[in-house]
Amino acid sequence: MTNSISAKLGDTKPLTYRVVENQPLVDLKQYEAQDGYLALRKVFAGMSPADVQGEVKNANLRGRGGAGFPAGIKWSLIPMGPDAGDKYLVCNADEMEPGTFKDRLLMEYLPHQLVEAMIIAAFAIQAKRAYIFLRGEYVLAAKNLNEAIAQAEAAGYLGSNILGSGWNLDLHVHTGAGRYICGEETALINSLEGRRANPRAKPPFPQIAGLWGRPTIVNNVETLCCIPHIINRGAEWFKALSQGKSTDAGTKIYGVSGKVKKPGLWELPIGTTAREIIEEHAGGMKEGLRLKAWLPGGASTDFLTPDHLDLAMDFDTIMKAGSRMGTGLIMVVDHTQSMVSAVRNLEEFFARESCGWCTPCRDGLPWSVKMLRALERGEGKPEYLNILQQLTRQLGPGKTFCAHAPGAMEPLQSALKYFRSEFEQGIAPATAAAHG
Amino acid sequence: MIICTDNNRSTAQPYILADEDRAEIAHHIHHYDDARAASIDALKVIQRRHGWVPDGAIQPVADLLGISAADLEGVATFYSLIFRKPVGRNVIKICDSIACHLTDYQVVQQAIEQQLGVGLGQTTQDDRYTLLPICCLGACDKAPVLMINDNTHFNVTPEQVPALLEAYK
Repeated sequence: MTNSISAKLGDTKPLTYRVVENQPLVDLKQYEAQDGYLALRKVFAGMSPADVQGEVKNANLRGRGGAGFPAGIKWSLIPMGPDAGDKYLVCNADEMEPGTFKDRLLMEYLPHQLVEAMIIAAFAIQAKRAYIFLRGEYVLAAKNLNEAIAQAEAAGYLGSNILGSGWNLDLHVHTGAGRYICGEETALINSLEGRRANPRAKPPFPQIAGLWGRPTIVNNVETLCCIPHIINRGAEWFKALSQGKSTDAGTKIYGVSGKVKKPGLWELPIGTTAREIIEEHAGGMKEGLRLKAWLPGGASTDFLTPDHLDLAMDFDTIMKAGSRMGTGLIMVVDHTQSMVSAVRNLEEFFARESCGWCTPCRDGLPWSVKMLRALERGEGKPEYLNILQQLTRQLGPGKTFCAHAPGAMEPLQSALKYFRSEFEQGIAPATAAAHG
Repeated sequence: MIICTDNNRSTAQPYILADEDRAEIAHHIHHYDDARAASIDALKVIQRRHGWVPDGAIQPVADLLGISAADLEGVATFYSLIFRKPVGRNVIKICDSIACHLTDYQVVQQAIEQQLGVGLGQTTQDDRYTLLPICCLGACDKAPVLMINDNTHFNVTPEQVPALLEAYK
């Protein structure tokens, strides 16, 4: 069956080779003509749920939503067998991590790819229903996904007795109404249940008790979109995509925003260096500007400096450098921009988007904003730097239910580490002198 | 310039849920294993009719969902895109997250504020526009980005602001 996969580009850019600028591929027939639903047919032609899970586990597919948790391991924690009861698959399409714009592309341009992926994933975990939790602002993505779902139902890929297998699945697009915290796995489940999007205590993990207390798998859009290709071409092919670049497998949709010559998105082998992404694909900084700092993958990752550009953009390498790859979409800060202002903007965002559930987050973030604003105006007090430093610990991992506050501390702690003098310059001259 | 006022929040008249809205909410409910999961969908149905969610709508909608009015109010007030106060005919949502910060959204916001005479969270006196900040709109390669109603506008410059706003009556 894999012999019929013709597209050459599909060998190296599986997720995006069918993307044509300004021409979203929503028509089922056109998608089928480009190997669409081939993986789904392969699954129903004789693979068991365990086969599909095994292939994804062997492929070493790590979650593309930012955390990098292996999807196959996540799946393996869900109860299987006749007594497992109702289970759910949820696609986290609540793309709100500042600087991240990859899932929008996948959903607007190739909605069928996600639909096909979700049917396969739902089959693998034997879910009775699947939901796409889509942020409400993605109006075109909602339209295209709903069209794709309707076509897939009409073609027998979704609904009852899929491809004559006797297996049924409902897939529904749920659109949100704002709030960044909805992207947090357990907050997302609360939101999907029609509640305030506060995170839940873990354990129990959603694989055991998620949506309506039932076993639930939550996977990111890009993670899911890898699955049909892993089924079509196999785990070994997927791992070979990044050969020589990373121990992580597959491709990654990287991107750059900020003042570069050609901001955009590129699907590249995972482990491509930040230098190649910024200098070759994004064309380097705009004329007259120099790179001062960069965020590897979203607002909740630590700043890195030009010294880190030759690092491979994969989960472990960026982690070892003291940051996180996160979503893999880079933001660049140029030499004219103030780090204090950038961090103030970031912490304002996190303060506003805190759900208010945990005290360190609810009270600590606005406090950091107050001090950062004062430093930005040159009216900071000398003790502010130490207090900010303390907050990076008091709001750090383990102090709150979810990763919102720890994520907020990542850009702050790294900016204090690499650009401390800029913060010191924000201390009011009189008070600085008074404190000697 | 008027900061959203309570003038329109009369509770003297009982709220009558329109039949179409009731039917649409019922349709949303069937997508879920528990009716309250349709809370946000239901609030959006009400908001599409009025531009916001009037106080009186909370109880009848909560009844349809099988939850208390307080529960539904908790949901309605949590989500930034459910409006519990009247807004203008056109809602401008300007992204103020870090990617837009690094590409100077501030000058776009200033141009809008100067033209409309309102700041963030405010509605123009003629009820034509409300200006709100919004979380990263996921189009950072085309920053600065803003939405007006359901339309997303990319690479917005201060010079484009007058024509852009004029298109929304």
